[in-house]
Amino acid sequence: MKMIIAAIKPFKLEEVREALTGIGVSGLMVTEIKGFGAQAGHTEIYRGAEYEVNFVPKMKLEIVVPAEQADQVLETITKTARTGKIGDGKIFVLDVEQALRVRTGETGLEAL
Amino acid sequence: MEKVKLPLAALALAALPGLAFAQEAETGLTAPHTQYILTSLLFLVGGFLVFWMAAGFAMLEAGLVRSKNVTMQLTKNIALFSLAAIMYWLVGFNLMYPGDGWTIPGILGAFSPAALEPVGLADTETALDYASVGSDFFFQLMFCATTASIVSGTMAERVKLWPFLIFVVVLTGIIYPIEASWQWGGGWLSEMGFSDFAGSTLVHAAGGFAALAGAIVLGPRIGKYKNGKTIPMPGSNLALATLGTFILWLGWFGFNGGSQLAMGTIGDMADISRIFANTNMAAAAGAVTALVLTQALYRKPDLTMILNGALAGLVSITAEPLAPSLFQSLIIGGVGGGIVVFAVPFLDKLQIDDVVGAIPVHLIAGFWGTFIVAWTNADASFITQIIGFAAIGIFVFIASYIGFMILKTVVGIRVGEEDEINGLDMAELGMEAYPEFSLS
Repeated sequence: MKMIIAAIKPFKLEEVREALTGIGVSGLMVTEIKGFGAQAGHTEIYRGAEYEVNFVPKMKLEIVVPAEQADQVLETITKTARTGKIGDGKIFVLDVEQALRVRTGETGLEAL
Repeated sequence: MEKVKLPLAALALAALPGLAFAQEAETGLTAPHTQYILTSLLFLVGGFLVFWMAAGFAMLEAGLVRSKNVTMQLTKNIALFSLAAIMYWLVGFNLMYPGDGWTIPGILGAFSPAALEPVGLADTETALDYASVGSDFFFQLMFCATTASIVSGTMAERVKLWPFLIFVVVLTGIIYPIEASWQWGGGWLSEMGFSDFAGSTLVHAAGGFAALAGAIVLGPRIGKYKNGKTIPMPGSNLALATLGTFILWLGWFGFNGGSQLAMGTIGDMADISRIFANTNMAAAAGAVTALVLTQALYRKPDLTMILNGALAGLVSITAEPLAPSLFQSLIIGGVGGGIVVFAVPFLDKLQIDDVVGAIPVHLIAGFWGTFIVAWTNADASFITQIIGFAAIGIFVFIASYIGFMILKTVVGIRVGEEDEINGLDMAELGMEAYPEFSLS
């Protein structure tokens, strides 16, 4: 099993969710986050005083899928979340040791 | 009933075309009692509109302070209004309007509590050419309270509650009534030919000067200026700030319109209407100017500046809302709105921390409004306007500065560092404005 962690632009969330359910992803976790990467920050002005916005709002998705589906998920997220402008986000892939469904006690792929 | 009455009235008018014509020409005519009744009505309606400005200030300030200080700001607003109401009865009214009872002629009025007419005007000879004392007192006290409201916004988020309220007692009981007596009480400034119709200087700049003295003695909020840079501290609720601005705008019709001080003739009625229209125009021009200027200067419009711009337009027209044409009102208000956009960052450069922008809006636009009276009112001169503004400014600033310094030395006027960072709501009141919200 693989865990895919993706930080994407907030307005792309709905589109990405639809695309992922379209390829059979059965669940995902979403968190509102702030952070910085290549986009760094930008400046705004409040009552004439310039200030830096150092952290940009993003959506963090966490998805666990069978290892063989990981590439397809990566491809789907990349395709739907991309605008071509700086700040489109990043994706990380991790190995997952175990999964367990709380209600039934099923483990491994059964729990996904 | 009304359905029957209306055609009858129309018939009566149609039958007497000559009478209607005669009244049109003689604008000064007034029936016995009419002037007394209508002018009193003007004061009562104007008075409750100006009262409502207290709500406007409360909402504007609640919206522009951070959420940890909202309850304190609201507490200060209702407390200062109520203290002003009591102080204006206790000494303010007769200090400001001594009639023939000046302690020092033209400079210092009378020291006695205000008293109303007897119930039903029993056994009194009432002069019918003005208004009831009750309505006059009620109307004037609202202006006194407005002066104090201006101060609370500037000093927000760091001043201790009780020392601030002690200052309000001095401001509304002594400082404001004395300076206002110089002009509206028939004192030396009015003798000199100074002109301030509804109080660009007497109310707004006076409040602004007291606020300036307070801000200097108090110092900026912790973290507001770092290495010469201004750190923004965004307000907690711009919806409330916008509502507050609209409430102030509404109240201003009473503020300026009521300052006609007479509604007994059709001439007065026409003037009051003119004042309403000019007042509205100046506010609109101030808002639009700030909208366009912030877009041009900062790439994005700044709502808080647009709100300040509308208020600055209102302050600017307050010294002379009657004489200007609508186009002149647009210019006067528009310049006022422009002043704010430059004055807010300028004050920050001087590291004078004015939380809601009251000094640019009330003091600086107040100066502009007072000065420009001579443009539209032939009876005023630019020099006399400057002298009057300076006299009141110097008196209010020095008196307030001394007052704040005494309070600072004796009891301290600023909360401790930890209390300021945690917020005045929990530190001084133990009560939050939004207890179910958490910071993201």
